[in-house]
Amino acid sequence: MEMIHSEKLVYEYDKRDEEGNVIGTNRAIDGVDIDVAPGSFVAVLGHNGSGKSTLAKHMNAILVPTGGTIWVDGKDTKDPAELWNVRQTAGMVFQNPDNQIIGTVVEEDVGFGPENLGVPTDEIWKRVEDSLRSVGMLEYRKASPNKLSGGQKQRVAIAGVIAMEPKCIVLDEPTAMLDPNGRREVIQAVEKLREEKNVTVILITHYMEEVIDADQVFVMDDGHIVMHGTPREIFSRVDELKVYRMDVPQVTMLAEELRKRGLDLPRGILRREELVEALCRLR
Amino acid sequence: MSIALEHVNYVYSPGTAYERHALKDVSLEIEQGQFVGIIGHTGSGKSTLIQHLNGLMKATSGNIYYEGQSIYEEGYDMKKLRTQVGLVFQYPEYQLFEVDVLTDVCFGPKNQGLSQEECEKNAREALELVGFPEKYYRQSPFELSGGQKRRVAIAGILAMHPKVLVLDEPTAGLDPKGRDEILDQIDHLHKETGMTVILVSHSMEDIANYVDRIVVMNRGEKMLDGTPREVFAHYKELEKVGLAAPQVTYVMHDLKERGFDVAADATTIEEAADDIMRSFHD
Amino acid sequence: MIRDITIGQYYPAESPIHRLDPRVKIVCTLLFLISLFIQNSLLGYVIATLFLGCVIHFSKVPVKYIAKGLKPIVILLLFTVVMNLLLTRGGETLVHFGIITITENGLRTSVFMAIRLIYLVAGSSIMTFTTTPNGLTDGLEKLLHPLNRLNVPVHEVAMIMSIALRFIPILLEETDKIMKAQMARGADFESGNIIQRAKAMIPILVPLFISAFRRANDLAMAMEARCYHGGEGRTKMKPLRYKGRDKMAYIFTLIYIVVIFMVGRFVPFKLWVF
Repeated sequence: MEMIHSEKLVYEYDKRDEEGNVIGTNRAIDGVDIDVAPGSFVAVLGHNGSGKSTLAKHMNAILVPTGGTIWVDGKDTKDPAELWNVRQTAGMVFQNPDNQIIGTVVEEDVGFGPENLGVPTDEIWKRVEDSLRSVGMLEYRKASPNKLSGGQKQRVAIAGVIAMEPKCIVLDEPTAMLDPNGRREVIQAVEKLREEKNVTVILITHYMEEVIDADQVFVMDDGHIVMHGTPREIFSRVDELKVYRMDVPQVTMLAEELRKRGLDLPRGILRREELVEALCRLR
Repeated sequence: MSIALEHVNYVYSPGTAYERHALKDVSLEIEQGQFVGIIGHTGSGKSTLIQHLNGLMKATSGNIYYEGQSIYEEGYDMKKLRTQVGLVFQYPEYQLFEVDVLTDVCFGPKNQGLSQEECEKNAREALELVGFPEKYYRQSPFELSGGQKRRVAIAGILAMHPKVLVLDEPTAGLDPKGRDEILDQIDHLHKETGMTVILVSHSMEDIANYVDRIVVMNRGEKMLDGTPREVFAHYKELEKVGLAAPQVTYVMHDLKERGFDVAADATTIEEAADDIMRSFHD
Repeated sequence: MIRDITIGQYYPAESPIHRLDPRVKIVCTLLFLISLFIQNSLLGYVIATLFLGCVIHFSKVPVKYIAKGLKPIVILLLFTVVMNLLLTRGGETLVHFGIITITENGLRTSVFMAIRLIYLVAGSSIMTFTTTPNGLTDGLEKLLHPLNRLNVPVHEVAMIMSIALRFIPILLEETDKIMKAQMARGADFESGNIIQRAKAMIPILVPLFISAFRRANDLAMAMEARCYHGGEGRTKMKPLRYKGRDKMAYIFTLIYIVVIFMVGRFVPFKLWVF
């Protein structure tokens, strides 16, 4: 069974004028079919306003589709009886680190999810410790979130989701507000989770460097999925990505530029070692 | 000389347990018309530094000169300094508050005491300078897209006719295209008006294409200062403090190590491609 | 300025008082405050001083820290003292100068009022210094739990309190940022009359409110995403359970209350000596 499966997913919302009268509808998502295999790492790319965040919010029933259906681990998100199951199955990490931490002490924040699930006290403590360790934040367990850096706050947020033992984590632009160090910390924490816990990861982002290791990449534009493939397939279509307001890693760009100038390099080079090797071979 | 800092120190909450030395003996001269990038990661002191330039923060010791005059002199007109050295904060769209775009941009000129007509004239010029479409002038600033909001906020500073424009992470949170558009616009602005532009960023790749000079801040100290080429030559030191040089710099160094005849100091994709092609044709 | 206020701040330390159940601290603080008002004799104040002194000593909170917390009430304190001094009549007249008359009763009332006020603030700040904000809200929630039957949303109120405590520093920082951003646009918050100054606040307040609403919206979404659905069926990571030391604290406070009540009832004012 697929972890996430959607068919002809549509999300519409009313457009209103200044007095609040409905003057039409906007389609944030328009007929999206997506399949995510359990344990895989999937990236969704798109510019701001492409519908990628709206799609993410469908994966744990923050939003429910106005058309079509999305199943999370086989559960229809429209079914009110499954709401809390869906949310426990697919945990979500948001963009703004400050606006998703509820506790005034790190460990209490991580315990918030399990408390809501009605997990027994001893078990909560075990989960809190375990999830803080897996994101490398155990030494900060007694700290106030206000004293942490952006990257550390996001790791606490991830721990908060992990403590609910989800099968799948949806990260909605978790690095958009961080500096390069923070971004690296968060991406490394996610990688480690994948190794240790075998959770499905869905990463929504517009930083290309973060998706190089993904199993599949979806590119969204105007509510549609416009490109789909492995990172290599996607990044070999540099010109097409430009149309969708995306760019590619500098190394890929350089390889593409050299190809245009007549060097016989393979398409979709992602890492600097690859480029250096390919150039050495050409000499 | 437009701005000069002499041995500037800044200490947060001195004498308490929270004491923190945010700027350590920073000396810096910035010429009129230069396009300078200030790079460093969070906590490096770069934001503290730029808030000194327009007097929002006062140095614990040291001195700052604007056009040859010390800004800490008795009776110095700080309000005027703030209009001359325009500072655009990070996420500037969160400072918008007026009912429509044009009125919001007028806030600065109004504070300068200009007449209604003058305010509006300056505001329109500023909006034009940042490439904001005229048809949205009467729209509420809260209904615009992220990139457009940011343009309005930058125009809000430009409308005061500053001689120096300081921008703190103007591309934070924008998507790649939005980022390129804003940077292109700032570049255009710099060429058009000849104003001094100081751009704060944590991404070397983003600004290497634009600036004449890069100042690298680390732990409150000025670590490196020079042209992008000079600064990226120290890529190993940059790495040590967690600031990466652009990827192409690494590629070129790798190639050189593998025996390619390349100069290894390229900072942009164009330069790198030229260099590599040359090495193949030789 | 805002940062100077120490009331309501937690002072991290390892002490017997810190380890007490928050409910004990809330109830005992309340009892202590009541005790200040049910007696009015020198002996009573001596006992209250001893009690407070003991608690402060065991709490390991520096006295300097508590004194700093008294700063905001200095004006109120002076006002009460002066008013009591000048307006209370009765007893021997100590000073008579023009319209100013200070009587023995006036002196006594003003001194005792000052002590009461100081002890009131010191007593309650000991509670907040030694209890984390979350501990306080948890304690309140548990104490007020019986009100649930009267349809008072106790859990919700406690949750609102703890979220407010988390966001106060964030919003303060944000205010500072917005203020600086508007100053960079030439805004002036320091000169002009009251109306002009009030008007100058608009460019700060509008963005601040918008930001607060945005944060509230985000937070609500994040809470829902983590399966928050009110107090029902929730377990606690740090459940409150009375331990031996908590019972000891209750007994100790009760003895104190009884003694001071007796003193108030049966020891006449005559012990008033100067």
